[in-house]
Amino acid sequence: MNPLIEFQQVCKYYQMGETTVVAADHISFQIYKGELVAIVGSSGSGKSTCMNIIGCLDVPTQGTYLLKGQDVGQMNKNQLAEVRNQLLGFIFQQYNLLPKLNLVENVEIPLMYAGVSKRERRERARAALEEVGLGEKWRHKPMELSGGQQQRVSIARALVGHPAVILADEPTGALDSRTGREVLGMLQDLHRQGHTVVLITHDNSIAVQAQRIIRLEDGQVVYDGPSNAPEAVVTPRAAGGGSL
Amino acid sequence: MKLTESLALALKNIVSSKVRTLLTMLGIIIGVAAAIVIVGLGNGLEQYVTDSFSDLGTNTLTVTVMSRGSTRSLDAEDMYELVEENSQYLDLCSPTVPMMGYVKIGSETVDSTTSQGVSEDYFAIAGLEVASGRGLQYSDMATRSKVCVIGAYLNQAYFGGNAVGETLRVGGQSLTVVGVLAQQGDTPEEGGSDDCLYLPYTTAERISGEASSYTITMQSEDYIDQSVAALEAALYEVFQSDSYYTVTSMAEMLETMTSMINILVGVLAGIAAISLVVGGIGIMNIMLVSVTERTREIGIRKSLGAKERYIMQQFVIEAAATSALGGIIGILFGDGLSAVATTVIARISEESITVAPTLGAVALAFGISVGIGILFGYLPAKKAARLNPIDALHYD
Repeated sequence: MNPLIEFQQVCKYYQMGETTVVAADHISFQIYKGELVAIVGSSGSGKSTCMNIIGCLDVPTQGTYLLKGQDVGQMNKNQLAEVRNQLLGFIFQQYNLLPKLNLVENVEIPLMYAGVSKRERRERARAALEEVGLGEKWRHKPMELSGGQQQRVSIARALVGHPAVILADEPTGALDSRTGREVLGMLQDLHRQGHTVVLITHDNSIAVQAQRIIRLEDGQVVYDGPSNAPEAVVTPRAAGGGSL
Repeated sequence: MKLTESLALALKNIVSSKVRTLLTMLGIIIGVAAAIVIVGLGNGLEQYVTDSFSDLGTNTLTVTVMSRGSTRSLDAEDMYELVEENSQYLDLCSPTVPMMGYVKIGSETVDSTTSQGVSEDYFAIAGLEVASGRGLQYSDMATRSKVCVIGAYLNQAYFGGNAVGETLRVGGQSLTVVGVLAQQGDTPEEGGSDDCLYLPYTTAERISGEASSYTITMQSEDYIDQSVAALEAALYEVFQSDSYYTVTSMAEMLETMTSMINILVGVLAGIAAISLVVGGIGIMNIMLVSVTERTREIGIRKSLGAKERYIMQQFVIEAAATSALGGIIGILFGDGLSAVATTVIARISEESITVAPTLGAVALAFGISVGIGILFGYLPAKKAARLNPIDALHYD
């Protein structure tokens, strides 16, 4: 079986004035269909760069990123937009719903850019809202909802286009722990239904909810394995004597 | 994504920020309204001038003779002969002798009346109709009879509608009213086209001196050039110099007047166009602000799969819709203003000029305002489309 996401020696360099910042340093990993993977690391570890590259918002400076076997590095802006639209579903920390649109209008945005007819996308968006338990509130504006509810709307928006990968960037970061657990539970449900979910977080207690953890540090992969192994949650340096 | 969907999105955004949209549109509204009123006023003026001239007939020529200083002269008889000789082009002829004195009716003096000595053909030339009594006749000219035909104003204001048979005095000469002209204006007014008096030119010549001006009609309007040339040639033969006479055709005068009005309207419309350009810049300004404000929205849309051209389309259409809406409001506003202008002109002056915007001007104004939206919306839209989605997503 071919991997769904494959990083081959992916590097990303940023030019900050005179100095070159290495955000990703020869990162390689593979994620298969149906996995729930947490990419974890502190700030500056390169996890945001990874998330941008996986999400086709950015392309590697060096190395190859294959998404469903397609080389993303070779794509132009339009093709990247198409890939984001067809293959990826984003869940952001700040929900990123459009405040002037109501829920169903928010959820149907990906379908609009996919060229789905107005009637069909309305039906599908309503169905996706049903799935996250907000079917009744479809006329409401995002600001009339609680944080947890808004994040559920953004999950519905991520699901509506039937993407190959659901990419969740700190999905619980703005929520209290109880609603955070709820949202996390929903992501686990999606995983059980067969969706591929990539979770990006700095929080070990969130990361351990995934089956597999890829830990990044200074732009490099320092651990890639099951989440129940002790090395998964402890940084090698911390294990060597330092505290976290 | 279809254009109609972009349009729906644009309208939603316009409606959600009404005050800002209205302020953005203000320049366009004023520009379009001004352009419509100005073009309407120009059309009204042109129509007014054309109507005034066609009262006199565009197939008429005016010959003015200034024989003072010349050893040669030309009287009414000579002019009649001259017209007769060129009868393949020319038709009727009437001397016009302006009367200087006031009209006196009983003990009252009327200083507003235009009095002229004319021939029996003048009524046909000027398209005047006699409502009661009779017009002037050839025998009146031959016998220098002391008669006159008056306009509806004098008849109603001073004779209670029964002027025929009454007498009045002009320039010290007592005249008997033999006919009353049909009313020309809406209401007979002092100093208006119904406040007039005509007497035989031969009688007038005795009071005011020889005729120096002639109104001549042509067989057809197509003969303007030939008629003017023939008259000028004949007059040159008499005076041996071209400084003692002028030949003017009404059609030429109308043309001159019309082109002057057009220049005036053009200049005013140019000023209105400047307002449209300023309005366009206002739209560009607000759109640029809007792109900055909506950076995050653009980032979200891009992350959800919006291609650059969709973002571009959304912003251009929003700018175009804003200025088109401004254009529509401007058109309605301009129409209203035109109607007000028509009423005001009618009230403050005796002339009525209809300020009527043409369909062409309205369509052009609408087209220009949409065009301006697209033109000035392009730059901000380009800026929006080019935004890097990562930066845009993290913009606060």
